Amino acid sequence: MLRSEHSRIDPKRRTVLDPKKRQFAQPLYKDQEYNFRLNLYTVPPTAEITLEEFEEWAIARLKILSELETCAFRNRNGEETLAYMTPLLDKNLPLHANRTNSSELQAERKKDHYSHFILRLAFSSTEDLRRRFSRLETALFRLRWRTDNVVERQEFTNSLDFNWEMVDDKEKVEMADELRVMTELAGRKAEDGWFKVEWERVPELVEQRKVLIKRGVAYVPVREQMSLVVTEFTKRLDIALEQTARALPRLDEDDRLSPILAHLSQSFTAPDATYDTSSTPSSLHPTANNIDQLAGHFPLCMSNLHTTLRQTGHLKHFGRLQYTLFLKGMGLSLEDCIAFWRRSFRGMTDDKFNKEYKYNIRHAYGEVGGDANRRGRGYSPYSCQKLLTEALPSVGQTHGCPYRSFTADNLVALLQNTGVRDGEVLNGVREDLARQRYHVACNRIFEHTHKKEIKRVKDDGLWGPAELDTILHPNTYFKRSFMLKHLDAEKEAAKAEG
Amino acid sequence: MPDAPAPEVAPEEPPSTAGAAVPTEDDLKAMEDMLDSDSDDEFTSSMPQKEEEEKEAPAPARFTDPDVMRAFYARLFPYRHLFQWLNHSPVPSDDFAHREFAFTLPNDIYVRYQSFPTADLFRKQCISMIPSRFEIGPVYSSNPRDRKTLRKASLFRPVSKELVFDIDLTDYDPIRTCCTGANICPKCWTWMTNAIRVLDAALRDDFGFRHVLWVYSGRRGVHAWVCDARARCLDDTRRKAIAGALELLRGGEKKLTLKRPLHPHLERSLRLLREPFSTDILLGQDPWADDTRAASLLDALPDAGLREALRKKWAAAPGRSSASKWADIDAVAKTGGSSTLDTGALLEAKLGIILEYTYPRLDAEVSKKLNHLLKSPFVVHPGTGRVCVPIDPRRVEEFDPFGVPTVTGLLNEIEAWDAECGQEEKEGEKRVQDWEKTSLKPYVEYFRGFIAGLLKDEKRPREEGEGMATDF
Ligand SMILES: [Zn+2]
Repeated sequence: MLRSEHSRIDPKRRTVLDPKKRQFAQPLYKDQEYNFRLNLYTVPPTAEITLEEFEEWAIARLKILSELETCAFRNRNGEETLAYMTPLLDKNLPLHANRTNSSELQAERKKDHYSHFILRLAFSSTEDLRRRFSRLETALFRLRWRTDNVVERQEFTNSLDFNWEMVDDKEKVEMADELRVMTELAGRKAEDGWFKVEWERVPELVEQRKVLIKRGVAYVPVREQMSLVVTEFTKRLDIALEQTARALPRLDEDDRLSPILAHLSQSFTAPDATYDTSSTPSSLHPTANNIDQLAGHFPLCMSNLHTTLRQTGHLKHFGRLQYTLFLKGMGLSLEDCIAFWRRSFRGMTDDKFNKEYKYNIRHAYGEVGGDANRRGRGYSPYSCQKLLTEALPSVGQTHGCPYRSFTADNLVALLQNTGVRDGEVLNGVREDLARQRYHVACNRIFEHTHKKEIKRVKDDGLWGPAELDTILHPNTYFKRSFMLKHLDAEKEAAKAEG
Repeated sequence: MPDAPAPEVAPEEPPSTAGAAVPTEDDLKAMEDMLDSDSDDEFTSSMPQKEEEEKEAPAPARFTDPDVMRAFYARLFPYRHLFQWLNHSPVPSDDFAHREFAFTLPNDIYVRYQSFPTADLFRKQCISMIPSRFEIGPVYSSNPRDRKTLRKASLFRPVSKELVFDIDLTDYDPIRTCCTGANICPKCWTWMTNAIRVLDAALRDDFGFRHVLWVYSGRRGVHAWVCDARARCLDDTRRKAIAGALELLRGGEKKLTLKRPLHPHLERSLRLLREPFSTDILLGQDPWADDTRAASLLDALPDAGLREALRKKWAAAPGRSSASKWADIDAVAKTGGSSTLDTGALLEAKLGIILEYTYPRLDAEVSKKLNHLLKSPFVVHPGTGRVCVPIDPRRVEEFDPFGVPTVTGLLNEIEAWDAECGQEEKEGEKRVQDWEKTSLKPYVEYFRGFIAGLLKDEKRPREEGEGMATDF
């Protein structure tokens, strides 16, 4: 597959693959046979593909992974995800079952196989990318497992060399009592059979006390194979990604691939929920003078910055940037933004402000900087995803998402300061934090603090479900809050316009 | 730290370890660390939240007296054993050298990322800094002291640590009638005894671990350190899995919902706990003596008819003991106080109550993270002065928290021994270590035996472990 095989071939063998020699050598590689729809991707691709295929296949898979990430972000459950993903998969990365006898079987599977390995290269460079890639590939594998034909899935499972030891009849008799308990506990009359594996390979089942464990060995019903296979899938992928990461520097030699890979990983880094800055509520007129009033509509990440700014008369670099972009997203003009910051930095000379701070604000607005920055009108306001995937703030910094960076106790205290005292809501927030679902906690607070208004727009049919979808952007939070609290003014404005 | 008096060298010191009087490079580094503004959000420790509670009951000054603590660190702390325990080999290795220690200094400053190439250097720092306690964290991929000089942050990550458990009597406060808060008595200590029995059985029989070190936490709880190589290399997912499997009242749940038949682990736990439920709970705690508490028992029972019959019966007999009330449940159920009674549901409710009142209450968060720090064995509890000694799980019923030596008691014992037996070394005789002169001796000897067992197994699992890694 192009020259990406560097990642797995030892240096001694690699010399054989010197491109100059290769064109005279016998073709070493041929197409692989794909017997199954599911693939653990343990064997790297061996055939050559064109540069166009390389890029096109990778983009198709990237699309699928990004959509899967969106599903997770919007808390879609298994069924909803399946319904949402099925047409996308059919279009971008179809995989038919053997029994369909489709003439495309081998081609589809080759594309699936190769695209997985290309993205592995693109997403192995940082720990963060590796974790996300592994999580999403696991989700994709799980999805496909669920939709696989039962017979074919069993054939696939049997083909894996997992060292699963079946519990033989003699042991079944010895363990009859305990195995019967486990069967009954699962609400079943009988099990088809049992595997023995090290308990570490089935952590989910161990945690939920769904398996019997004896001296470090878990007795797993065969129907739980999915859990085993999925764990194994993730484990092998994680190891392979680490290996790819270590082999990556050598790949830079290939200047045909580097730009494509760099582009792929960039588009994966920021599949942000974007905020459309062009549509602002008609009754909203942000100026340097009314930010304090408007701060009542801010999400916690921004009100925390605002409070810190008011208390200390200063914010550190990343906090300033995050806040400036948010203000820009609100529709605050560059002049007002500069005026706002000038007044907020109490005790700073104009000279210092102009020298050290003004430029950064203008840069964020796209007034200065390179061509690309000016053309793009500066940076986009940060989305929740961006705030949730950046490095955590260190001591003295206040940027980022407080739901993520604060301890649960401190966060609850902060929320109580803002007037949220409902015990049930705060407990819900604690649970969200424990499950690292920070944006869910933020949405929970939003729904609580706008309960009355949300009920009204729902009851009166003013807003559709799309306008009340999960908030994924601080500016969406602000805008929705502002509009909900100014429902009448907005109606008037709409009338006047209409 | 700058105010800390220069450490003195006790005259009895063997010459090889003398001369730690000037601040070392390590001290200076430690001071830098104190001032450093690293974000430690990702790291967790058992210490901070407990700290506040300790302050409720101010410690007698003598335990935290710097001279007392310095003498303890100079004469009593078993550094060599601690080193062997964590190093897993006679030759100094990264298992010890890359291990994080976190010191709490007398002025309450918390100093993280301390590490030591040898037991001797560790000893020197303890004597010079006289920490009121210290905690043990994970082994890192590189030396914790070098973490800032590494070019890539990813080169510094935790790689292994014992699987640890923390059980504290304060978590039993909702069902404890004899004491509250930091106080304990022999009646409530039985909860710890039972917790050790139940968890030790699960860790050994179910998970196959062989080296479980139980340690008294110095006041009202116990810690477990599972030291098998297989436990040390567990990642967070698997630590969370074990904690989840062993935790019953999860995350502050009030009521237990049990499904029958019980999972074999719960069935075994119940076997171990039935008897203690009758003695330690029904008789020892008498948990439903008054009406409000009895109401909580009724709440846990199914069937309104049954509850009403019992409420009437108990209202007519004020002061009826918990043991009698427990017996009443079956008696009233049998005599047909209710026509709708589901006997299966009643049985499940009763099993749930037994486990709710006896089953170990874990602080599960401690167990879930590879990088969680836990107080070291053999340090002195600053509130009680008692040494955090190991507990032999085979003789757990003999362990008496009130008989655990205190730092001041131990120092007196050394003096008494020296007065009686003299301090001069006789030629050709092995010098008697200070801990051997005291009641700390059996604990250190138990620890030594534990380490010997661990080291014996240490080669075997390593080789197996490597074989496993190449499978993939
Ligand atoms: Zn007590």
